[in-house]
Amino acid sequence: MPLRKAQAPNPNFIQCKGCKKTLFVADFEANLRVCPNCDHHHRLTWQQRVEVTFDINSFTELDADLYSGDPLQFPEYEEKYLQAQTKSGMKDSLVTGTGTIDGQLISAAIADFHFMGGSMGSVNGEKVARALERGVELQCPVVIFCASGGARMQEGLLSLMQMAKTTAAVDKCRQNGIPYIAVFTDPTMAGVLASYASIADVILAEPKALIGFAGARVSAQAQVLKIPDDFQTAEFVLRSGMLDRIVHRKEMKATLGNLCSILGHRLTAGAKS
Amino acid sequence: MANSWKEWEKPVLDLEEGVSKLKALADKETDAIKREALETRIEEFEKRIENFLEVRYSRLGPWEQVLLARADPRPYTLDYIQTLFTDFTELDGDRRYGADHAIVAGPARFNGQSVIIVGHQKGRNIQERAQRNFAMAKPEGYRKAIRMFEMAERFRMPVITFIDTPAADPGVESESRGISEAIAASMLKMFELTVPIVSVVIGEGGSGGAIGIAIANRVLMQEHSVYSVIPPEGCAAILWRDPAKKAQAAAALKLTSDSALELGLVEQVLKEPFGGAHRNPAEAAQIVRDAITTHLTELQKLTGEQLRQHRYDRFRAFGHVLGP
Repeated sequence: MPLRKAQAPNPNFIQCKGCKKTLFVADFEANLRVCPNCDHHHRLTWQQRVEVTFDINSFTELDADLYSGDPLQFPEYEEKYLQAQTKSGMKDSLVTGTGTIDGQLISAAIADFHFMGGSMGSVNGEKVARALERGVELQCPVVIFCASGGARMQEGLLSLMQMAKTTAAVDKCRQNGIPYIAVFTDPTMAGVLASYASIADVILAEPKALIGFAGARVSAQAQVLKIPDDFQTAEFVLRSGMLDRIVHRKEMKATLGNLCSILGHRLTAGAKS
Repeated sequence: MANSWKEWEKPVLDLEEGVSKLKALADKETDAIKREALETRIEEFEKRIENFLEVRYSRLGPWEQVLLARADPRPYTLDYIQTLFTDFTELDGDRRYGADHAIVAGPARFNGQSVIIVGHQKGRNIQERAQRNFAMAKPEGYRKAIRMFEMAERFRMPVITFIDTPAADPGVESESRGISEAIAASMLKMFELTVPIVSVVIGEGGSGGAIGIAIANRVLMQEHSVYSVIPPEGCAAILWRDPAKKAQAAAALKLTSDSALELGLVEQVLKEPFGGAHRNPAEAAQIVRDAITTHLTELQKLTGEQLRQHRYDRFRAFGHVLGP
């Protein structure tokens, strides 16, 4: 039942961003916000991600009170930041904490694209680093859900340094035998992709997620080569050998649980009793 | 607002050209009186150049710093390699896919000591620029760098990297061969090393492409170099949908060497000769040599594990985070 433009949107219906078909919200939600018609995986807020990933009521948010100053006094940053906070109820673009999957303890970070495009500034980078280090501290696997347009311009060079900082934290996990799994969700781009995201032990992605280093337009201008139709999608990146597996949202929890328990076989904490 | 270094320094460049023409004339002049007159003119011109530079360089804005960092005649990595090192042997292979000339690398001696050098390389003319891909490295460049870092570790050699790139290559090929993974893996490798690493930003420190080989114990910036998360043009286009606001963006991004020092993200700003490194490359190189020598000497007092930990602590501390 398509809605006419003039009408106020009916809260019971939603239009699929992929096939444009009108869907029942109840069906859509029950299907984990994946279109039952075309399988388009819609972006999730961090709360929705927690809900579809972790055991019920097992997630505890940590580092919740960290927020960014405006170190460069960048034009309009403070206003935009406050606006994003008010709109989302988040302090910054990424949430960290611990939760369980099938009873197994996991240190997690979940980026939320709705907050300033999931951009990585000082707080985002700090929380990613803490989530990775927490894996070492708690002796449990680390899972990071990526969703980001890249580094946050408004924090300038400090944002660029988060690429290094988060990479350093991945190194800590590697030294200590802590498995780290990254999940690329739509979109995973630029500074995030070119740092901690791409050096996970295992990299999974949601179908059709946009994944790339440079904006598609930049790439198109930079090259006369014909661009593949699926350029910078999860499918293209999988074919390029840069990720390990595309996983349907319905299968994500089971896949993560399985990988964490197999790779984390030597870890004591959080093992299923 | 000037769009290039050439445009910005045009009055000086014109005067400099005039001087060289007058000098040629004076050399050929046999008449002593005429020659003296020419020499007076030359002196006048030189004084005007000096005044001009003094005025211009005393009020360099962030945008002018960007232009200067990108200036064609600035000494590039190979220029520094030639003056500061001996016995450099360039090694090309990434052992994976291909040769990338946007990054040069290889072993050499610095003050007689074996070291590994890795640096971005720009080109000065059209052919060189094409060959160097404007110093925009592809995955192969970073994978070659990784090989060099591994060799440095194996043979206990300090690493010195020179940073001078607008960005990593953003093309389709680079994407399909994993430019993001290559940059991340290169940073990771540098974190693993137990030998000293010193990086010097000599021109453009362009975002991921730059930091991919800049995970050092000490990061130094030449006075007129810049280091930024995004080029000012890109920032202006995204934030204000107007690439023409690049000067505002350059100011907002705080991408100058002074700002980086103030933010605590680099250890030292290296003074450049009056009028920029290109006006006296030998003096500029001497300053770079002294700085690298000092920092390497200090770093070599640390054990391998201390060096690795120091690098971790250095980058782990970066960020402006508030809250309990």
